[in-house]
Amino acid sequence: MTYKTFTFEIDADGIALMTIDLPGQSMNVWNEDLIEDYIKAVDEFCANDDIKGMVITSGKTSGFLAGADLRMLGNMPADATAQQMFDANFKLQAAVRKMETAGHSAKNLTKGLAHAKPVACALNGLALGGGMELALGCHYRVATDGKFQMGQPEVQVGLIPGAGGTQRTMRLAGVQNAMQICTQGKPMDAKTALSQGLIHEIAPAADVVAKAKEWVKANPKSNAPWDKKGFKVPGGAGAMDPRVVPIFAGFSAMAQVATRHNYPAVRRILSSIYEGSIVPIDVGLRIESKYFVQCLMEPQAKNMIRTLFVNKQAAEKGADRPKSVGEIPMKKVGVLGAGMMGAGIAYVTARSGMDVVLLDRDMDAAEKGKDYSRKLNDKGISRGKLTKEKSEAMLAKIHTTASYDDLKDVDLIIEAVFEDPGVKKDVIEKTEAVIRDDVVFASNTSTIPISNLAKNSKRPDQFIGIHFFSPVDKMPLVEIIPGDKSGDLPLAAALDYVGKIKKTPIVVSDTRGFYCNSVVMPYLNEASRMVAEGINPALIENCALDMGMPVGPLALTDETSQELGLRIMRSAQEELGDKYQPTGVEDLMEKFVEELGRKGRKSGGGYYDYPEGGKKALWPELSKHFPLAADQPTPEEVTDRLMFIQLASVAKCFDNDIVHDPQSADLGAIFGWGFAPWTGGPMSHIDTMGVDNYVAKADALAQKYGERFAPPASFRDKKGFYEAA
Amino acid sequence: MADAYIYDAVRTPRGKGKPDGSLHEITPVQLGAQVLNAIVERNNISDDNAPDDAIFGCVMPVGEQGSNIARTAVLMSDLPQTTAGVHVNRFCASALEATNMAAAKVMTGEADLTIAGGVESMSRVPMGADGGALMSDPHVTFHNYVVPQGISADIIATKYGISREDADLYAVESHKRSAKSWERGDFNNQIIPVKDVIGLNVLDKDETIRPTTDMQAMGSLGPAFLGLGEMMPGFDKVALQRYPELEKINHIHTAGNSSGIVDGAAAILIGSKEAGEKLGLKPRARIKAMASCGSEPTIMLTGPEFVTEKVLARSGMSKSDIDRWELNEAFASVVLRYMQAMDLDHSEINVNGGAIAMGHPMGATGAMILGTALGEMERSNKETGLVTLCIGGGMGTATIIERV
Repeated sequence: MTYKTFTFEIDADGIALMTIDLPGQSMNVWNEDLIEDYIKAVDEFCANDDIKGMVITSGKTSGFLAGADLRMLGNMPADATAQQMFDANFKLQAAVRKMETAGHSAKNLTKGLAHAKPVACALNGLALGGGMELALGCHYRVATDGKFQMGQPEVQVGLIPGAGGTQRTMRLAGVQNAMQICTQGKPMDAKTALSQGLIHEIAPAADVVAKAKEWVKANPKSNAPWDKKGFKVPGGAGAMDPRVVPIFAGFSAMAQVATRHNYPAVRRILSSIYEGSIVPIDVGLRIESKYFVQCLMEPQAKNMIRTLFVNKQAAEKGADRPKSVGEIPMKKVGVLGAGMMGAGIAYVTARSGMDVVLLDRDMDAAEKGKDYSRKLNDKGISRGKLTKEKSEAMLAKIHTTASYDDLKDVDLIIEAVFEDPGVKKDVIEKTEAVIRDDVVFASNTSTIPISNLAKNSKRPDQFIGIHFFSPVDKMPLVEIIPGDKSGDLPLAAALDYVGKIKKTPIVVSDTRGFYCNSVVMPYLNEASRMVAEGINPALIENCALDMGMPVGPLALTDETSQELGLRIMRSAQEELGDKYQPTGVEDLMEKFVEELGRKGRKSGGGYYDYPEGGKKALWPELSKHFPLAADQPTPEEVTDRLMFIQLASVAKCFDNDIVHDPQSADLGAIFGWGFAPWTGGPMSHIDTMGVDNYVAKADALAQKYGERFAPPASFRDKKGFYEAA
Repeated sequence: MADAYIYDAVRTPRGKGKPDGSLHEITPVQLGAQVLNAIVERNNISDDNAPDDAIFGCVMPVGEQGSNIARTAVLMSDLPQTTAGVHVNRFCASALEATNMAAAKVMTGEADLTIAGGVESMSRVPMGADGGALMSDPHVTFHNYVVPQGISADIIATKYGISREDADLYAVESHKRSAKSWERGDFNNQIIPVKDVIGLNVLDKDETIRPTTDMQAMGSLGPAFLGLGEMMPGFDKVALQRYPELEKINHIHTAGNSSGIVDGAAAILIGSKEAGEKLGLKPRARIKAMASCGSEPTIMLTGPEFVTEKVLARSGMSKSDIDRWELNEAFASVVLRYMQAMDLDHSEINVNGGAIAMGHPMGATGAMILGTALGEMERSNKETGLVTLCIGGGMGTATIIERV
């Protein structure tokens, strides 16, 4: 037989070599073609008595097999029945098992009435998800000593391993390791895989196929460990084993703490392992497939795949980049201002291999900015994540200066000086006096409109906003803001740069607060408003956390500081005059800053006290100043307010074209302010609940709490955002 | 419906539930058989008038307590083989549940004479020995936000404003009352000393009472559930998802203000009026009402207040009809919360002390505290008593008895 997705050659010893090499793809993945070919090849392997054994490897230098093509899951018809979905999944599950048993029953194998044909896997590189699962279905695994990763990352997009991953990992590495590997989704290196019994041997990349063949030749009768008599899961298994009961109890708790019941896939992984550990592997595989299908029957995986995988990758590859602009060299970046933001930008830029000219008023200030990189590198070294040599090479890339002349050969300018129009004007003029005339000038302002700043520029068509979030080294999102005169060049340059520093860009409109802060501020204000109403602060915080927000809104208010919140409100008031829309928390913020002296985390605490070396705790006097109401709302009511104020603000931004498409709205929400990732983002969430249901609920909340919850008129006749697109 | 009467109530002393406890050398079957023998001896039971059934509570019915410890104990006792046996597991209320089932059998006419009771050798078959889906099946634990009981007791303390000092004060008093009751001989009529194979007494008094304990000694103990709650695996954050109104859980419970781990067995003779007459026995009390209920499983231990409301309502009684209150001292906060909810003073409840001082042999406790309440009602000449226990998984069981 010949196959489309791999070569299948049988040598003189009767050993078949399956070399997976998907045509036209840089990486092997399980797609429909490979599955179809694989099933046929397994049939041939089992039926042909001349084939004595098999070695599976990859023809790609990029690795062995990177898992399933997640786009394939989208091809499942929307009206597929549970049985159809199960059958579709179980096809591969059954084929791997058939390969493992040579088509014999487990009963005959364990009784010694039959034996499997040896199959070895030559892992020339990474084996993730379905790649790892295929490898575990082989009897022997040799991994390269070169670049290698093994893992089960399905959980990160709301799925569970569905080709035996939970069952074989548990049977090889034990219950606890399997739960860790499958629920955390982190890849492991070859040494760890070897120590956990997941691979058998590490060899130079050039030798893995030969080693695998050698093993096949030497082991003509080879059963999987669980097809041998007396097999036991390492470390114990099942509900009656006193060694593992506390492990299950503890892991369940840890998983509930980590996921707050928002990610059913995690629980299904634990259930697959728990239930599967009590029964023989054939039943365990069936159980796993059923839990996998459960994930497909819900919208979560689809939403997570779309935003966290497909759209994120597209954004990072520059989906919004104008095609008219050719490649822009990006070797050296000028960072103006070495304050907190400038220092962070210098760090992420140098870390990505670019040279940085870090400019500030004097050398001391510039060096202070560079200290930030020194500090982060030292931390990396102490944690063993960075070598001294690499740190020094990285630091050498940051050239500190107080002289504008040093900017003359940079390829991009990122300005991060004090948020003062006068200071910015001065810096823009001084910089443009020395840089090449094809260099793009980007400002990291968060409060001044880009179009206003661009008026100071000789080349407003080359001016753009690149808005980082703080702390720059940790926050994955960057907002790119073209001004009214920005051309294609600055947009292309900004996207190229963000691609190089490996962050996720979204393009948004030049408006007050851009996109993310236009949503975050009303959200934080809603929480403060609830405090002012006498709602229990612990309830507010816990509801936000349970909803999937990474920190509570009151804690986040402390971080961004009450002082800044008040300043923003006042400057908006000044600027907008009669058009200013009250946030409802002006008095509260004023009280915090001016009366109580609680200006934020860094200056005397805010909603919380921050004892040195201890855990933060709600300020005990809070209830003295904001007495608790006798009637407290239910958690559902608080959760609705916290969720729907965000949805309303996102909807407003979308309606006003501040954010241009649902993809960017979702990416910006999850990576900008940590909006519950399990939803796939606010627009996905609205789609999932149904736009009509969203509108009805938003209307009800607007009636109860105020117009700020009202849905945009344009949403009333929308069917959906992604579906409609 | 026939009336069900209590004719006798006995228990073993409670031995420290550790390898150095006095009852560690005695098998649970023997503990069970010895209380059954006491019932036989004390009540003129013979082959002709033997009980129809023996119902025993047992919370860890595995290993040597497995495969129906009640029938096994019957076979090893002086009862004839015609007495059947069944074990029941209502967790901490198992023996009270056994009592209610035994009474129900008499009331419905299924049986004339029954023995209720329970046995638990916690030193030999430790807690958790039975595994079970409730604590370990992820489907179950996620669905129910399952946390260990100690965490639940600390949730109660946090939610209802019960402090460490409140709990310690309660615990000190429990020891004082238990010691005083022993001194006064309140338990004399109930206690069956446990004998070894050569007929020697191995234990004739509860082993864990510390009459001289005080607030200082109590205060020196560390919180027992802090590690499980805040560190590994961090059950507090599971609990807070169910109780988001709490900022954190206050871990007030220690080994001192929680019930003790002990070994022991108890038995109660229950029968119809005619069955008692046949044996020439005078009924000591009538079982007036019984109930069980389910309650929220994460906080788990608040069932008693709800089952109390239920059993009072079912029997058309009110709080003022109850003269003696008995609630198992699983944790101090359980009783303190119950006192809040029912508006009871400490002088009205657990007047002879309880499990914080004397221990809580899980499968047997329900029958032990029923016996305690009955004895106290007789001593102080009170009419009506209510006995209840908090229960794992979020349940409550209660029984109201009335002297005749």
